[in-house]
Amino acid sequence: MTDTTAPGNLTAQKAAQDARGEEAPQYFASKHEGYHWTAEAPMFLYAVWYLAFLYIPVLFLPLFSFNDSIYVAFPLKGFSLEWYGDMVNTQQLLESLANSLKVGGAVAVLSTVLGLFAAKSMTRYVMPGKGALTAFIMLPLVVPGIILGISLLVITNMVGMPLSLYTIGLAHTLVSVPFAMLVLISRLEGFDRNLEEASLDLGEGPLRTFFRVTLPLAWPGILASLLLTFTISFDEFILAFFLAGNEATLPVYIWSQLRFPSRLPMVLALGATILIFSFFIVTVAEVLRRRGVGPQSGSAI
Amino acid sequence: MAVTDSARTVAYGDTRKSSLIFRVNTLFLRHEWIRGYTLLSPTLLVMVMLMCLPVFMLVTYSFWTQNYLDIDRTFTLANYEAFFQKPIYVALIMKSVRMSLFCTFATIILAYPMAYFIAFKVKSNKLVWLILITVPFWTSYLLRVFAWKVILGYNGVVNSGLISVGLIGEPLQFLLYNPTAVVLTLAHAWAAFAILPIYVSLEKIDRSYLEAATDLGDTPSERFWRVTWPLSLPGVIAAGLLVFIPTVADYVTPRLVGGTTGIMIGNIIQSQFGKANNWPLGAALSVIVMLMIAFLVVVFIVTTTRGRARSA
Repeated sequence: MTDTTAPGNLTAQKAAQDARGEEAPQYFASKHEGYHWTAEAPMFLYAVWYLAFLYIPVLFLPLFSFNDSIYVAFPLKGFSLEWYGDMVNTQQLLESLANSLKVGGAVAVLSTVLGLFAAKSMTRYVMPGKGALTAFIMLPLVVPGIILGISLLVITNMVGMPLSLYTIGLAHTLVSVPFAMLVLISRLEGFDRNLEEASLDLGEGPLRTFFRVTLPLAWPGILASLLLTFTISFDEFILAFFLAGNEATLPVYIWSQLRFPSRLPMVLALGATILIFSFFIVTVAEVLRRRGVGPQSGSAI
Repeated sequence: MAVTDSARTVAYGDTRKSSLIFRVNTLFLRHEWIRGYTLLSPTLLVMVMLMCLPVFMLVTYSFWTQNYLDIDRTFTLANYEAFFQKPIYVALIMKSVRMSLFCTFATIILAYPMAYFIAFKVKSNKLVWLILITVPFWTSYLLRVFAWKVILGYNGVVNSGLISVGLIGEPLQFLLYNPTAVVLTLAHAWAAFAILPIYVSLEKIDRSYLEAATDLGDTPSERFWRVTWPLSLPGVIAAGLLVFIPTVADYVTPRLVGGTTGIMIGNIIQSQFGKANNWPLGAALSVIVMLMIAFLVVVFIVTTTRGRARSA
């Protein structure tokens, strides 16, 4: 089953639904004299409640970041942009922001390239041990961050490598590659590989085929992977916490400010900004990667 | 299948080719898996260098000892003896496992109906729902945990909110800095990890099985327990592992909302690399945690798959 969620594909979707004997969703069914609850309603309410549980706690950060008080407490005192002003005037913060952007950019490119190598070989070649190798590459997702962090700390210490933005970048690449691979595998599986074969049959070399056929077809996935891996690196704390030298990334800077109660409103403003920024990037990435791929293809993440 | 670089070299005739290059080319042409592995090798190499090698060094480190500022590199089991001699470490690991299991159960129980709803009930806006539940998953873990500190704090959202509407006279002390706060925060922070695998396994279920069950006279609840639930178990297991493994050794959440009673093993490991400055002991604690996790995962998978085989 492909593409049933694409917006322009309503007829096909309807046909597929009819074929499966399903009906359009009805949370409320109309009766002669008004509305009454159907069996679907409790589930719908639960889903709304669940989304509220997911989102509302996080929304307190932006709410209090505009509050004109040093205390993060109700009742709200009035609207203020003071904390955002503080934020853009803090030199240390701006430096750590620049560091985070540098690391995030490098990690995004590096892990997407590595993810593309892996995704291409996993989807286009028949290899023994493919399952085991995929599981191996996915391993950083399930190893606790603290263990990866101290392992990398121990080895950089043993080979005498100084802690810097480079060590943070390497650690972030390790945890980003699995995500890049997953995103790209579902994209590469999503388009017709006959197109690649046609190009090869018509005399293009494998490199030109890759650049002229595979890359243009895979670009939504590649862009999604770049955006997602950038966000992972930008938001990652525990690895950066262990592997930061003198230069901090933004989450490490936030952590260092948490022990000063007077800095709390400024941290809230910063957190709110980061959240809104990440939400935006991630939404774009998710739309890019899920559109036209079909909701259930690919993997769990 | 794809023609490779080497194929073109052969086809167009490379005048400089030695017999060795020629033989390598033929090997590439003949075996698809060699081409696949070659393409995969840069990624594999990076993963080995950044994961296997460091973890191997961590294990090695755990057999050394801290000698004031130096590391004594003679092989010893002293760190492991220290672990078993101090009951506090064992107790702390047990407590971490308990808290993490609580959090895993809570996350799955809360996530299952949501995943079920998206897989079976949402027909037209599935993409929107999927994006709504995945977006929080990608955003800052630190900030999501920090939000709970703001909510549950002594002067936080809940306390000040209840005071300002006059329900309580003074702040409730029991909200923050205890194991319950840690479990609640973890359950919220890892929610998306549980929904997605469960959703995928539900979405994969062939709808004709459900129709067959109904046609053969199953009530909706019988149908759920005899068809849907067993078929969604792989997703539930994956969700359990994805939440349980990282939360056992979590550092950020117990540090921010756990206080002294909500402390977990991750905090002790970190302190060995920080204030306590005993890296080898910290390494040994990490190795023990890893073995513990591996053991529990194997037990978990064996029992759940056995159970499934019996009911099938």
